[in-house]
Amino acid sequence: MYAGVASAKDLIVGKGGEFSTIRSAIESAQDGDRIIIKSGVYREGALEIHRSITLTGEGKAVLDGENKFQILTVKASGVTISNLTFENVGVSYVQDNAAIKLIESYNSAVIDNRFRNAFFGIYLSKSGFCTIRGNDLIAAAEKEASSGNGIHLWNCHDITIENNSIQHHRDGIYFEFVKRSTITGNHSIGNLRYGLHFMFSDTCVYEDNIFKNNSAGVAVMYTKKITMKRNRFEDNWGAASYGVLLKDITGSDIAGNAFVNNTVGIHAEGTSRNRIAGNEFLNNGWAVRIMANSTDNVFSQNNFIGNAFDVATNSRQNYNVFDSNYWSAYDGYDLNRDGVGDVPFRPVRLFSLLIEQYPTALILLRSFLIDLIDAAESVIPALTPETLADANPRMRRLP
Amino acid sequence: MDGTAKILKYEFHNILRSKWMIGYAIFFLVITDGLFRFVGTDAKVILSLMNIILAVIPLASIIFGAMYVYHSREFIELLLSQPIGRKNIYWGIYCGLSLTLSAGFVAGTGLPFLLEGVIDAEYLSALMLLLTAGVLLTWIFTALAFWIAVRYEDKVKGIGAAMLIWMFFTVVYDGFILLVIYWFDDYPLEPAIIGMSLANPVDLARVMLLLKFNVSAMMGYTGAVFHQFFSASTGLGVSLSVLILWAVTPFLLGLRYFQKKDF
Repeated sequence: MYAGVASAKDLIVGKGGEFSTIRSAIESAQDGDRIIIKSGVYREGALEIHRSITLTGEGKAVLDGENKFQILTVKASGVTISNLTFENVGVSYVQDNAAIKLIESYNSAVIDNRFRNAFFGIYLSKSGFCTIRGNDLIAAAEKEASSGNGIHLWNCHDITIENNSIQHHRDGIYFEFVKRSTITGNHSIGNLRYGLHFMFSDTCVYEDNIFKNNSAGVAVMYTKKITMKRNRFEDNWGAASYGVLLKDITGSDIAGNAFVNNTVGIHAEGTSRNRIAGNEFLNNGWAVRIMANSTDNVFSQNNFIGNAFDVATNSRQNYNVFDSNYWSAYDGYDLNRDGVGDVPFRPVRLFSLLIEQYPTALILLRSFLIDLIDAAESVIPALTPETLADANPRMRRLP
Repeated sequence: MDGTAKILKYEFHNILRSKWMIGYAIFFLVITDGLFRFVGTDAKVILSLMNIILAVIPLASIIFGAMYVYHSREFIELLLSQPIGRKNIYWGIYCGLSLTLSAGFVAGTGLPFLLEGVIDAEYLSALMLLLTAGVLLTWIFTALAFWIAVRYEDKVKGIGAAMLIWMFFTVVYDGFILLVIYWFDDYPLEPAIIGMSLANPVDLARVMLLLKFNVSAMMGYTGAVFHQFFSASTGLGVSLSVLILWAVTPFLLGLRYFQKKDF
């Protein structure tokens, strides 16, 4: 008999298998082995994996943390975890207990698992080239302090996060110091704080995700070269809730997204040299709120439809470009019928400037007096930034 | 109250025969129908209607109301010579006009909604609130008009006063609120501002409706304070009661003056 790497075995845990506990199977597994866990509930406390093995469930295999333990800690590369259900991770105010924690792990994968009532769901630290796909996470977060993030990445690179669904955690997806990662097709809904929250995470790509009904929306900070395409930011309502809050974001591309029914669609602070194009801003309180410390951003080919305020700012100066957008509030004309309005559109209403300074004045929204003042201001701008205007407003909604 | 009912009946006949009442209903019909055609979704139709209603109903009610009393002067004098109480006459004429105006508004606005068949549960309550607010505004400004018309013998003076009152409630008052906000910026103003908007029926109707439609801009901190007050059932109850009070007070003032007036 040879004892080599090539002779990968299947180790069966549970009914009809040679192992009764996952712990014993993990202990006797060699690199390349596959542990198959039959249906049943396994209460084995905290488990650690130190070899490149595959852990997969058959039927409904539940790993229960009994509200006390972190469940699975992976300290090896090339580990695959799939088809398992993780329940009841212990809440700790000192440690970030997770259902699955990957530490210094490369080329690992977490695929098609279910997480119920996990404190932290999937936690990656100092890892790279991993895939997190098709997982379904539902927690019951009530307080920020006693709840954890769904998918949490710290100091990672080249991670792929695809088609996961995260609900009722603290932050749906949380990144800190993450590079070159791809986040596609995820649904982050109803989380206690942010649907997506990242900082210091350059050159990541976010595509086709849905961030909906999170109490603070999405906040991204201190990052360069993000690509955000075709995402939906929806129903993020509240006093401090944003479709997307951009803080110190530079050189990024935000295109083809939909911002629907948010208190604020995009809030930009210290945010420069970004391209915001082809997005749809629909029925938001404020579609875009751009602070005076944001410069050289280009807003073009966007649709602004039915927002209470299209653009708000806190300054009379303007260092950003608005060009060729469609504004449903535009009432100009197009004599030569080339589809471009003949008079510029000024999206900043005097009233929006007023409530930046006197928030209580909000009670006069849609009052006759305010409409009169706004009309007068739009004819002769005296207080609103004169250069903040779209010189080529579209007459029809852009596709 | 038999006298009131009889007068009411003749008033209805009289008003319905005249064409402007039909015109008033058709105006709302055309506006609402037009909004459905050009704006689309029912939530937005209701929101756009709100702006029109808040400006048009007070103006129409107060001008129509005042003119109506001036025009009916001979009829009123004729009635006074009959054995009918002055109270009954005033009630009859007031109800005759305000009820037909409300009916015209409700029919004109409601019909397109019925025809479009878009009344789903979510917007039904918003539409109901809109119609209620419109009807209450009609009563309020008709009552104000009657008071003015019995108070001022001179028609020009009366119409002028009616215009001024309309201007005051739709424009000047909001300017005053703005000034208060500007002057007392350093203080927690929200409760005071809620109080001030209760004191103006047009503002009250507007805020009540805005919060009903969940305009997301109203959800900021200040918005949350207003929302808390106005959308709670007590807030809605208070708002509606204040609106009714706004109709009752000028009505009673006008009635008292009418009873003592020397024709």
